[in-house]
Amino acid sequence: MRATFVASEVGNGLRRNLTMTLAVIITVAVSLALFGASLLVRAQVSAMKDFWYDKVEVSIFLCSKGSDTPSCAGGAVTAAQRDQIKADLESLRPLVDEIYYESKAEAYQRFTEQFKNSPIVDNVTEKSLPESFRVKLADPTKYDVVASAFAGRPGIEQVNDQRQVLDKFFQLLGGLQAIALLIAGVMLVVTVLLIVNTMRVAAFSRRRETSIMRLVGASNFYIQLPFLLEAAFAAAIGAVLAIGALVLMKVVIIDGVLAPSFQFTAFVGWEAVAAIAPVMLITGIALAGLAAFFTLRKYLRV
Amino acid sequence: MILFDHVTKLYPTQQRPALDDVSLEIEKGEFVFLVGPSGSGKSTFLRLVLREERPTKGQVWVLGKDLNRLSNWKIPMLRRQIGTVFQDFRLLPNKTVAENVAFALEVIGKPSSHIKKVVPEVLEVVGLEGKESRRPDELSGGEQQRVAIARAFVNRPMMLIADEPTGNLDPGTSVGIMKLLDRINRLGTTVVMSTHDAQIVDQMRRRVIELEGGHVVRDQTRGVYGYAQ
Repeated sequence: MRATFVASEVGNGLRRNLTMTLAVIITVAVSLALFGASLLVRAQVSAMKDFWYDKVEVSIFLCSKGSDTPSCAGGAVTAAQRDQIKADLESLRPLVDEIYYESKAEAYQRFTEQFKNSPIVDNVTEKSLPESFRVKLADPTKYDVVASAFAGRPGIEQVNDQRQVLDKFFQLLGGLQAIALLIAGVMLVVTVLLIVNTMRVAAFSRRRETSIMRLVGASNFYIQLPFLLEAAFAAAIGAVLAIGALVLMKVVIIDGVLAPSFQFTAFVGWEAVAAIAPVMLITGIALAGLAAFFTLRKYLRV
Repeated sequence: MILFDHVTKLYPTQQRPALDDVSLEIEKGEFVFLVGPSGSGKSTFLRLVLREERPTKGQVWVLGKDLNRLSNWKIPMLRRQIGTVFQDFRLLPNKTVAENVAFALEVIGKPSSHIKKVVPEVLEVVGLEGKESRRPDELSGGEQQRVAIARAFVNRPMMLIADEPTGNLDPGTSVGIMKLLDRINRLGTTVVMSTHDAQIVDQMRRRVIELEGGHVVRDQTRGVYGYAQ
Protein backbone atom coordinates (compact mmCIF):
# COMPACT_ATOMS: atom_id res chain seq x y z
CA MET A 1 0.00 0.00 0.00
CA ARG A 2 1.43 3.32 -1.03
CA ALA A 3 -0.21 6.00 1.05
CA THR A 4 1.10 9.00 -0.89
CA PHE A 5 -0.15 7.56 -4.18
CA VAL A 6 -3.60 6.83 -2.78
CA ALA A 7 -3.74 10.26 -1.13
CA SER A 8 -2.88 12.03 -4.38
CA GLU A 9 -5.52 9.98 -6.24
CA VAL A 10 -8.10 10.99 -3.62
CA GLY A 11 -7.09 14.65 -3.90
CA ASN A 12 -7.29 14.58 -7.69
CA GLY A 13 -10.63 12.84 -7.62
CA LEU A 14 -12.14 15.35 -5.20
CA ARG A 15 -10.88 18.28 -7.21
CA ARG A 16 -12.07 16.96 -10.56
CA ASN A 17 -15.48 16.23 -9.18
CA LEU A 18 -15.71 19.38 -7.10
CA THR A 19 -19.37 20.28 -7.63
CA MET A 20 -20.55 16.77 -6.86
CA THR A 21 -18.26 16.65 -3.84
CA LEU A 22 -19.77 19.90 -2.57
CA ALA A 23 -23.28 18.54 -3.13
CA VAL A 24 -22.40 15.43 -1.11
CA ILE A 25 -20.87 17.54 1.68
CA ILE A 26 -23.94 19.77 1.89
CA THR A 27 -26.54 16.99 1.88
CA VAL A 28 -24.55 15.00 4.42
CA ALA A 29 -24.26 18.12 6.59
CA VAL A 30 -27.97 18.93 6.42
CA SER A 31 -29.20 15.38 6.97
CA LEU A 32 -26.77 14.71 9.81
CA ALA A 33 -27.60 18.06 11.44
CA LEU A 34 -31.27 17.04 11.47
CA PHE A 35 -30.34 13.60 12.71
CA GLY A 36 -28.22 15.16 15.46
CA ALA A 37 -30.99 17.61 16.34
CA SER A 38 -33.47 14.79 16.76
CA LEU A 39 -31.02 12.95 19.01
CA LEU A 40 -30.57 16.17 20.97
CA VAL A 41 -34.33 16.50 21.43
CA ARG A 42 -34.42 12.93 22.67
CA ALA A 43 -31.60 13.69 25.11
CA GLN A 44 -33.53 16.79 26.18
CA VAL A 45 -36.69 14.76 26.80
CA SER A 46 -34.79 12.26 28.86
CA ALA A 47 -33.06 15.03 30.82
CA MET A 48 -36.45 16.56 31.58
CA LYS A 49 -37.89 13.19 32.49
CA ASP A 50 -35.06 12.60 34.92
CA PHE A 51 -35.58 16.06 36.36
CA TRP A 52 -39.36 15.93 36.64
CA TYR A 53 -39.99 12.30 37.44
CA ASP A 54 -37.79 12.86 40.42
CA LYS A 55 -40.16 15.55 41.62
CA VAL A 56 -43.56 14.27 40.60
CA GLU A 57 -45.78 12.66 43.15
CA VAL A 58 -48.94 10.67 43.21
CA SER A 59 -51.45 12.64 45.24
CA ILE A 60 -54.15 10.78 47.13
CA PHE A 61 -56.79 13.34 48.06
CA LEU A 62 -58.94 12.36 51.01
CA CYS A 63 -62.62 13.09 51.37
CA SER A 64 -63.67 16.25 53.12
CA LYS A 65 -67.10 17.46 54.03
CA GLY A 66 -69.19 18.09 50.96
CA SER A 67 -67.14 15.95 48.53
CA ASP A 68 -69.58 14.56 45.98
CA THR A 69 -67.71 11.52 44.57
CA PRO A 70 -69.42 8.17 45.39
CA SER A 71 -66.49 7.00 47.53
CA CYS A 72 -67.06 9.99 49.77
CA ALA A 73 -70.69 9.13 50.48
CA GLY A 74 -69.74 8.55 54.11
CA GLY A 75 -68.73 12.18 54.55
CA ALA A 76 -65.27 13.35 55.56
CA VAL A 77 -62.53 10.81 55.99
CA THR A 78 -62.30 9.25 59.40
CA ALA A 79 -59.16 8.88 61.44
CA ALA A 80 -59.42 5.08 61.12
CA GLN A 81 -59.64 5.30 57.30
CA ARG A 82 -56.70 7.67 57.23
CA ASP A 83 -54.56 5.34 59.35
CA GLN A 84 -55.57 2.36 57.22
CA ILE A 85 -54.56 4.19 54.02
CA LYS A 86 -51.25 5.15 55.56
CA ALA A 87 -50.65 1.55 56.65
CA ASP A 88 -51.52 0.26 53.16
CA LEU A 89 -49.16 2.74 51.59
CA GLU A 90 -46.41 1.64 53.94
CA SER A 91 -47.04 -1.94 52.86
CA LEU A 92 -46.35 -0.98 49.24
CA ARG A 93 -42.70 -0.28 49.94
CA PRO A 94 -40.24 -0.46 48.23
CA LEU A 95 -42.39 0.60 45.25
CA VAL A 96 -43.41 3.57 47.36
CA ASP A 97 -40.38 5.61 48.17
CA GLU A 98 -41.64 8.42 50.34
CA ILE A 99 -44.98 9.05 52.03
CA TYR A 100 -45.88 12.45 53.20
CA TYR A 101 -49.14 13.54 54.78
CA GLU A 102 -50.43 17.01 53.97
CA SER A 103 -53.04 18.35 56.33
CA LYS A 104 -55.68 20.93 55.42
CA ALA A 105 -53.60 23.61 57.10
CA GLU A 106 -50.47 22.71 55.15
CA ALA A 107 -52.46 22.53 51.94
CA TYR A 108 -53.82 26.00 52.55
CA GLN A 109 -50.35 27.33 53.29
CA ARG A 110 -48.97 25.91 50.09
CA PHE A 111 -51.91 27.16 48.10
CA THR A 112 -51.59 30.71 49.34
CA GLU A 113 -47.89 30.60 48.57
CA GLN A 114 -48.41 29.32 45.04
CA PHE A 115 -51.11 31.82 44.19
CA LYS A 116 -50.05 34.72 46.39
CA ASN A 117 -50.49 37.27 43.59
CA SER A 118 -53.90 36.00 42.59
CA PRO A 119 -57.27 37.13 43.93
CA ILE A 120 -58.35 33.48 43.97
CA VAL A 121 -56.72 33.12 47.42
CA ASP A 122 -59.46 35.24 48.93
CA ASN A 123 -62.13 32.76 47.86
CA VAL A 124 -60.42 29.70 49.27
CA THR A 125 -60.63 28.76 52.89
CA GLU A 126 -58.62 26.19 54.79
CA LYS A 127 -61.68 23.99 55.06
CA SER A 128 -62.35 23.82 51.36
CA LEU A 129 -58.98 22.25 50.62
CA PRO A 130 -58.64 18.48 50.96
CA GLU A 131 -56.07 16.77 53.10
CA SER A 132 -53.88 14.35 51.11
CA PHE A 133 -51.09 11.81 51.04
CA ARG A 134 -48.25 12.78 48.74
CA VAL A 135 -46.49 9.66 47.57
CA LYS A 136 -43.21 9.51 45.74
CA LEU A 137 -42.72 6.30 43.75
CA ALA A 138 -39.40 4.57 43.35
CA ASP A 139 -40.37 3.94 39.71
CA PRO A 140 -42.72 6.69 38.49
CA THR A 141 -44.03 4.51 35.65
CA LYS A 142 -45.66 2.14 38.19
CA TYR A 143 -48.39 4.65 38.89
CA ASP A 144 -51.13 2.15 37.98
CA VAL A 145 -50.35 -0.03 40.99
CA VAL A 146 -51.05 2.80 43.37
CA ALA A 147 -54.06 4.06 41.42
CA SER A 148 -55.78 0.68 41.31
CA ALA A 149 -55.09 0.04 44.99
CA PHE A 150 -56.58 3.29 46.24
CA ALA A 151 -58.92 4.82 43.65
CA GLY A 152 -62.56 4.45 44.67
CA ARG A 153 -61.85 3.39 48.25
CA PRO A 154 -64.09 4.88 50.88
CA GLY A 155 -62.53 8.02 52.31
CA ILE A 156 -60.53 8.72 49.13
CA GLU A 157 -61.82 11.38 46.81
CA GLN A 158 -59.29 11.16 44.01
CA VAL A 159 -55.90 9.71 43.06
CA ASN A 160 -53.88 12.10 40.89
CA ASP A 161 -50.70 11.40 39.00
CA GLN A 162 -48.75 14.53 38.11
CA ARG A 163 -46.79 12.45 35.69
CA GLN A 164 -49.77 12.18 33.35
CA VAL A 165 -49.72 15.93 32.83
CA LEU A 166 -46.03 15.89 32.08
CA ASP A 167 -46.44 12.96 29.72
CA LYS A 168 -48.59 15.06 27.39
CA PHE A 169 -45.74 17.54 27.19
CA PHE A 170 -43.20 14.81 26.63
CA GLN A 171 -45.40 13.35 23.92
CA LEU A 172 -45.29 16.70 22.16
CA LEU A 173 -41.50 16.75 22.35
CA GLY A 174 -41.45 13.12 21.24
CA GLY A 175 -43.56 14.09 18.25
CA LEU A 176 -41.12 16.85 17.36
CA GLN A 177 -38.29 14.39 17.66
CA ALA A 178 -40.09 11.90 15.41
CA ILE A 179 -40.63 14.57 12.76
CA ALA A 180 -36.97 15.62 12.90
CA LEU A 181 -35.97 11.96 12.67
CA LEU A 182 -38.29 11.40 9.72
CA ILE A 183 -36.91 14.39 7.82
CA ALA A 184 -33.40 13.27 8.72
CA GLY A 185 -34.24 9.80 7.38
CA VAL A 186 -35.53 11.20 4.10
CA MET A 187 -32.48 13.43 3.82
CA LEU A 188 -30.19 10.49 4.50
CA VAL A 189 -31.89 8.56 1.69
CA VAL A 190 -31.35 11.54 -0.61
CA THR A 191 -27.75 11.64 0.54
CA VAL A 192 -27.26 7.96 -0.26
CA LEU A 193 -28.77 8.40 -3.73
CA LEU A 194 -26.53 11.38 -4.34
CA ILE A 195 -23.46 9.48 -3.23
CA VAL A 196 -24.41 6.56 -5.47
CA ASN A 197 -24.74 8.93 -8.39
CA THR A 198 -21.52 10.76 -7.55
CA MET A 199 -19.64 7.47 -7.42
CA ARG A 200 -21.11 6.48 -10.76
CA VAL A 201 -19.95 9.71 -12.36
CA ALA A 202 -16.55 9.41 -10.70
CA ALA A 203 -16.15 5.81 -11.86
CA PHE A 204 -17.20 6.81 -15.37
CA SER A 205 -14.92 9.84 -15.57
CA ARG A 206 -11.99 7.72 -14.46
CA ARG A 207 -12.79 4.60 -16.47
CA ARG A 208 -9.55 5.02 -18.40
CA GLU A 209 -7.48 4.86 -15.22
CA THR A 210 -9.48 2.05 -13.72
CA SER A 211 -9.39 -0.03 -16.91
CA ILE A 212 -5.60 0.30 -16.97
CA MET A 213 -5.44 -0.58 -13.29
CA ARG A 214 -7.44 -3.73 -13.97
CA LEU A 215 -5.21 -4.56 -16.90
CA VAL A 216 -1.96 -4.34 -14.98
CA GLY A 217 -3.40 -6.40 -12.12
CA ALA A 218 -4.28 -3.87 -9.45
CA SER A 219 -6.45 -5.51 -6.83
CA ASN A 220 -10.09 -4.54 -6.53
CA PHE A 221 -9.35 -3.05 -3.16
CA TYR A 222 -6.67 -0.81 -4.64
CA ILE A 223 -8.92 0.28 -7.49
CA GLN A 224 -11.84 1.07 -5.21
CA LEU A 225 -9.96 2.54 -2.27
CA PRO A 226 -9.53 6.07 -3.68
CA PHE A 227 -13.25 6.23 -4.49
CA LEU A 228 -14.23 4.95 -1.04
CA LEU A 229 -11.88 7.40 0.65
CA GLU A 230 -13.29 10.26 -1.42
CA ALA A 231 -16.83 9.41 -0.35
CA ALA A 232 -15.78 8.96 3.26
CA PHE A 233 -13.78 12.20 3.22
CA ALA A 234 -16.68 14.23 1.81
CA ALA A 235 -19.02 12.63 4.35
CA ALA A 236 -16.58 13.40 7.18
CA ILE A 237 -16.46 17.07 6.19
CA GLY A 238 -20.26 17.11 6.04
CA ALA A 239 -20.44 15.46 9.45
CA VAL A 240 -18.04 18.01 10.95
CA LEU A 241 -20.23 20.82 9.59
CA ALA A 242 -23.28 19.10 11.05
CA ILE A 243 -21.57 18.78 14.43
CA GLY A 244 -20.79 22.50 14.21
CA ALA A 245 -24.48 23.14 13.61
CA LEU A 246 -25.33 20.98 16.64
CA VAL A 247 -22.94 22.95 18.83
CA LEU A 248 -24.54 26.13 17.55
CA MET A 249 -28.00 24.77 18.43
CA LYS A 250 -26.80 24.06 21.95
CA VAL A 251 -25.15 27.47 22.39
CA VAL A 252 -27.73 29.68 20.70
CA ILE A 253 -31.07 27.93 21.18
CA ILE A 254 -30.68 25.96 24.40
CA ASP A 255 -28.15 27.97 26.40
CA GLY A 256 -28.99 31.31 24.80
CA VAL A 257 -32.78 31.30 24.60
CA LEU A 258 -34.45 28.36 26.31
CA ALA A 259 -32.43 27.96 29.50
CA PRO A 260 -32.72 31.61 30.64
CA SER A 261 -36.44 31.70 29.83
CA PHE A 262 -37.45 28.40 31.39
CA GLN A 263 -35.46 28.16 34.56
CA PHE A 264 -37.80 25.71 36.25
CA THR A 265 -36.56 22.76 34.22
CA ALA A 266 -33.34 21.05 33.32
CA PHE A 267 -31.70 21.23 29.89
CA VAL A 268 -29.26 18.90 28.18
CA GLY A 269 -25.65 19.54 29.00
CA TRP A 270 -22.53 19.33 26.85
CA GLU A 271 -22.11 15.66 27.68
CA ALA A 272 -25.17 14.96 25.48
CA VAL A 273 -23.59 16.88 22.59
CA ALA A 274 -20.34 15.00 23.16
CA ALA A 275 -22.23 11.70 23.01
CA ILE A 276 -24.17 12.61 19.84
CA ALA A 277 -21.26 14.04 17.82
CA PRO A 278 -19.39 10.74 17.32
CA VAL A 279 -22.67 9.02 16.41
CA MET A 280 -23.19 11.60 13.68
CA LEU A 281 -19.64 11.27 12.41
CA ILE A 282 -19.76 7.49 12.29
CA THR A 283 -23.23 7.43 10.73
CA GLY A 284 -22.11 9.82 7.99
CA ILE A 285 -18.89 8.01 7.15
CA ALA A 286 -20.42 4.53 7.34
CA LEU A 287 -23.37 5.53 5.18
CA ALA A 288 -21.17 7.13 2.53
CA GLY A 289 -18.70 4.26 2.63
CA LEU A 290 -21.39 1.61 2.24
CA ALA A 291 -23.19 3.51 -0.53
CA ALA A 292 -19.91 3.95 -2.38
CA PHE A 293 -18.87 0.35 -1.81
CA PHE A 294 -22.04 -1.13 -3.27
CA THR A 295 -22.05 1.28 -6.21
CA LEU A 296 -18.44 0.52 -7.04
CA ARG A 297 -19.01 -3.20 -6.86
CA LYS A 298 -21.40 -2.72 -9.74
CA TYR A 299 -19.38 -0.25 -11.79
CA LEU A 300 -15.82 -1.36 -11.19
CA ARG A 301 -15.90 -5.05 -11.82
CA VAL A 302 -12.84 -7.19 -12.29
CA MET B 1 1.89 -21.29 -20.85
CA ILE B 2 -1.53 -21.26 -22.49
CA LEU B 3 -3.65 -24.35 -22.97
CA PHE B 4 -7.13 -24.32 -24.53
CA ASP B 5 -8.95 -27.61 -24.05
CA HIS B 6 -12.10 -27.85 -26.20
CA VAL B 7 -13.03 -24.28 -25.46
CA THR B 8 -16.33 -22.89 -26.66
CA LYS B 9 -17.41 -19.33 -25.98
CA LEU B 10 -20.96 -18.33 -26.71
CA TYR B 11 -22.02 -14.74 -26.01
CA PRO B 12 -25.58 -14.55 -24.69
CA THR B 13 -26.78 -12.25 -27.45
CA GLN B 14 -25.36 -14.27 -30.32
CA GLN B 15 -26.42 -17.42 -32.12
CA ARG B 16 -23.02 -18.54 -33.37
CA PRO B 17 -20.24 -19.18 -30.84
CA ALA B 18 -17.31 -16.76 -30.98
CA LEU B 19 -14.99 -19.72 -30.36
CA ASP B 20 -16.14 -23.21 -31.23
CA ASP B 21 -14.39 -26.20 -29.63
CA VAL B 22 -10.90 -24.73 -29.84
CA SER B 23 -7.96 -26.77 -28.53
CA LEU B 24 -4.41 -25.51 -28.74
CA GLU B 25 -1.28 -25.03 -26.71
CA ILE B 26 1.25 -22.23 -26.60
CA GLU B 27 4.61 -23.05 -25.01
CA LYS B 28 6.79 -20.89 -22.84
CA GLY B 29 8.97 -18.53 -24.87
CA GLU B 30 6.99 -18.84 -28.08
CA PHE B 31 6.11 -15.95 -30.38
CA VAL B 32 2.66 -16.57 -31.82
CA PHE B 33 0.65 -14.63 -34.37
CA LEU B 34 -3.09 -14.86 -34.15
CA VAL B 35 -4.57 -14.04 -37.54
CA GLY B 36 -7.99 -14.13 -39.11
CA PRO B 37 -10.70 -11.78 -40.35
CA SER B 38 -12.68 -9.55 -38.01
CA GLY B 39 -15.12 -11.57 -35.97
CA SER B 40 -13.08 -14.74 -36.27
CA GLY B 41 -12.60 -14.99 -32.50
CA LYS B 42 -9.14 -13.42 -31.98
CA SER B 43 -10.29 -10.91 -29.42
CA THR B 44 -12.38 -13.51 -27.60
CA PHE B 45 -9.31 -15.74 -27.45
CA LEU B 46 -7.27 -12.96 -25.83
CA ARG B 47 -10.08 -12.00 -23.47
CA LEU B 48 -10.31 -15.61 -22.30
CA VAL B 49 -6.57 -15.68 -21.63
CA LEU B 50 -6.87 -12.49 -19.54
CA ARG B 51 -9.89 -13.96 -17.78
CA GLU B 52 -12.03 -11.03 -18.84
CA GLU B 53 -14.47 -13.65 -20.03
CA ARG B 54 -15.14 -17.20 -18.91
CA PRO B 55 -15.50 -20.01 -21.43
CA THR B 56 -18.98 -21.43 -21.96
CA LYS B 57 -17.49 -24.88 -22.28
CA GLY B 58 -14.02 -26.36 -21.93
CA GLN B 59 -10.98 -25.36 -19.93
CA VAL B 60 -8.50 -22.54 -20.26
CA TRP B 61 -5.12 -22.96 -18.54
CA VAL B 62 -2.84 -19.94 -18.28
CA LEU B 63 0.50 -19.94 -16.47
CA GLY B 64 -0.33 -23.31 -14.96
CA LYS B 65 -3.72 -22.25 -13.59
CA ASP B 66 -7.15 -23.48 -14.52
CA LEU B 67 -8.97 -20.19 -15.03
CA ASN B 68 -12.36 -21.80 -14.41
CA ARG B 69 -11.27 -22.53 -10.90
CA LEU B 70 -9.38 -19.29 -10.29
CA SER B 71 -11.24 -17.26 -7.67
CA ASN B 72 -12.03 -13.63 -8.42
CA TRP B 73 -9.62 -12.15 -5.96
CA LYS B 74 -6.71 -14.03 -7.57
CA ILE B 75 -7.36 -12.58 -11.03
CA PRO B 76 -5.21 -9.48 -10.36
CA MET B 77 -2.29 -11.77 -9.50
CA LEU B 78 -2.72 -13.53 -12.84
CA ARG B 79 -2.83 -10.24 -14.74
CA ARG B 80 0.35 -9.02 -13.05
CA GLN B 81 2.16 -11.79 -14.89
CA ILE B 82 0.64 -10.91 -18.25
CA GLY B 83 1.51 -7.66 -20.02
CA THR B 84 -1.07 -6.25 -22.40
CA VAL B 85 -0.74 -3.91 -25.37
CA PHE B 86 -3.60 -2.59 -27.50
CA GLN B 87 -4.13 -0.94 -30.85
CA ASP B 88 -5.29 2.29 -29.16
CA PHE B 89 -2.30 2.48 -26.73
CA ARG B 90 -4.51 3.29 -23.71
CA LEU B 91 -2.16 5.82 -22.12
CA LEU B 92 -3.19 8.39 -19.54
CA PRO B 93 -3.07 11.77 -21.34
CA ASN B 94 -2.42 13.82 -18.20
CA LYS B 95 0.60 11.81 -17.14
CA THR B 96 4.11 11.93 -18.58
CA VAL B 97 5.81 8.96 -20.22
CA ALA B 98 7.59 8.03 -17.01
CA GLU B 99 4.42 8.53 -14.93
CA ASN B 100 2.40 6.34 -17.28
CA VAL B 101 4.87 3.51 -16.84
CA ALA B 102 5.22 4.13 -13.10
CA PHE B 103 1.41 4.05 -12.75
CA ALA B 104 1.37 0.33 -13.56
CA LEU B 105 3.71 -0.30 -10.62
CA GLU B 106 2.13 2.17 -8.22
CA VAL B 107 -1.28 0.56 -8.49
CA ILE B 108 0.10 -2.85 -7.60
CA GLY B 109 1.76 -1.38 -4.55
CA LYS B 110 5.43 -1.46 -5.55
CA PRO B 111 7.70 0.71 -3.39
CA SER B 112 8.78 3.99 -4.97
CA SER B 113 12.45 3.13 -4.67
CA HIS B 114 11.82 0.12 -6.90
CA ILE B 115 9.80 2.25 -9.34
CA LYS B 116 12.53 4.89 -9.57
CA LYS B 117 14.99 2.17 -10.50
CA VAL B 118 13.07 0.12 -13.06
CA VAL B 119 11.17 2.81 -15.00
CA PRO B 120 14.30 4.36 -16.60
CA GLU B 121 15.55 0.83 -17.34
CA VAL B 122 12.46 -0.22 -19.21
CA LEU B 123 12.24 3.11 -21.05
CA GLU B 124 15.73 2.41 -22.30
CA VAL B 125 14.71 -1.08 -23.43
CA VAL B 126 11.90 0.38 -25.56
CA GLY B 127 14.10 3.21 -26.86
CA LEU B 128 12.45 6.17 -25.17
CA GLU B 129 15.38 7.45 -23.10
CA GLY B 130 15.32 11.25 -22.97
CA LYS B 131 11.54 11.43 -23.44
CA GLU B 132 10.56 10.56 -19.89
CA SER B 133 8.81 13.85 -19.17
CA ARG B 134 6.87 14.16 -22.45
CA ARG B 135 3.13 13.73 -22.47
CA PRO B 136 1.46 11.21 -24.79
CA ASP B 137 0.09 13.92 -27.12
CA GLU B 138 3.64 15.13 -27.70
CA LEU B 139 4.68 11.73 -29.03
CA SER B 140 4.25 9.99 -32.38
CA GLY B 141 2.01 6.92 -32.62
CA GLY B 142 4.99 4.61 -32.62
CA GLU B 143 6.42 6.28 -29.55
CA GLN B 144 3.09 6.07 -27.76
CA GLN B 145 2.95 2.35 -28.47
CA ARG B 146 6.48 2.03 -27.08
CA VAL B 147 5.27 3.66 -23.87
CA ALA B 148 2.41 1.15 -23.75
CA ILE B 149 4.86 -1.71 -24.30
CA ALA B 150 7.14 -0.31 -21.59
CA ARG B 151 4.17 -0.23 -19.24
CA ALA B 152 3.23 -3.80 -20.13
CA PHE B 153 6.80 -5.00 -19.72
CA VAL B 154 7.98 -3.01 -16.69
CA ASN B 155 6.80 -5.68 -14.27
CA ARG B 156 8.71 -8.33 -16.29
CA PRO B 157 5.64 -10.45 -17.09
CA MET B 158 5.84 -14.08 -18.17
CA MET B 159 3.69 -13.32 -21.16
CA LEU B 160 2.83 -10.36 -23.38
CA ILE B 161 -0.55 -10.14 -25.08
CA ALA B 162 -0.67 -7.69 -27.98
CA ASP B 163 -4.02 -7.02 -29.62
CA GLU B 164 -3.24 -5.57 -33.05
CA PRO B 165 -0.41 -3.42 -31.68
CA THR B 166 0.48 -2.08 -35.15
CA GLY B 167 -3.10 -1.49 -36.27
CA ASN B 168 -2.82 2.29 -35.94
CA LEU B 169 0.74 2.61 -37.20
CA ASP B 170 2.36 3.11 -40.60
CA PRO B 171 4.46 0.22 -41.99
CA GLY B 172 7.82 1.80 -41.16
CA THR B 173 6.86 2.43 -37.54
CA SER B 174 5.32 -1.05 -37.33
CA VAL B 175 8.65 -2.62 -38.16
CA GLY B 176 10.21 -0.82 -35.20
CA ILE B 177 7.47 -2.06 -32.89
CA MET B 178 7.88 -5.62 -34.17
CA LYS B 179 11.63 -5.46 -33.55
CA LEU B 180 10.87 -4.37 -30.01
CA LEU B 181 8.38 -7.20 -29.47
CA ASP B 182 10.92 -9.63 -30.91
CA ARG B 183 13.52 -8.34 -28.49
CA ILE B 184 11.16 -8.76 -25.57
CA ASN B 185 10.44 -12.31 -26.76
CA ARG B 186 14.16 -13.04 -26.85
CA LEU B 187 14.42 -11.87 -23.24
CA GLY B 188 12.24 -14.89 -22.43
CA THR B 189 8.72 -13.49 -22.53
CA THR B 190 6.04 -15.41 -24.41
CA VAL B 191 4.37 -13.10 -26.94
CA VAL B 192 0.89 -13.63 -28.36
CA MET B 193 -0.04 -11.05 -30.96
CA SER B 194 -3.21 -10.72 -32.98
CA THR B 195 -2.80 -8.88 -36.26
CA HIS B 196 -4.17 -8.14 -39.72
CA ASP B 197 -0.77 -7.11 -41.04
CA ALA B 198 0.24 -9.75 -43.61
CA GLN B 199 3.62 -8.16 -44.29
CA ILE B 200 4.70 -8.40 -40.68
CA VAL B 201 3.65 -12.03 -40.34
CA ASP B 202 5.40 -12.97 -43.54
CA GLN B 203 8.63 -11.25 -42.47
CA MET B 204 8.78 -12.66 -38.98
CA ARG B 205 8.24 -16.32 -39.89
CA ARG B 206 6.92 -17.33 -36.50
CA ARG B 207 4.12 -19.63 -35.46
CA VAL B 208 0.80 -18.59 -36.98
CA ILE B 209 -2.60 -19.61 -35.65
CA GLU B 210 -5.42 -18.70 -38.01
CA LEU B 211 -8.97 -18.45 -36.75
CA GLU B 212 -12.07 -18.31 -38.87
CA GLY B 213 -15.63 -18.36 -37.60
CA GLY B 214 -14.45 -19.49 -34.19
CA HIS B 215 -12.43 -22.46 -35.48
CA VAL B 216 -8.68 -22.91 -35.76
CA VAL B 217 -8.21 -23.37 -39.49
CA ARG B 218 -4.42 -23.32 -39.52
CA ASP B 219 -1.61 -23.71 -37.02
CA GLN B 220 1.82 -23.45 -38.64
CA THR B 221 5.16 -23.36 -36.90
CA ARG B 222 6.88 -20.98 -39.31
CA GLY B 223 3.86 -19.56 -41.04
CA VAL B 224 2.95 -16.75 -43.36
CA TYR B 225 -0.21 -14.68 -43.26
CA GLY B 226 -1.97 -16.17 -46.33
CA TYR B 227 -5.15 -18.12 -45.99
CA ALA B 228 -5.85 -21.74 -45.25
CA GLN B 229 -6.10 -23.87 -48.34
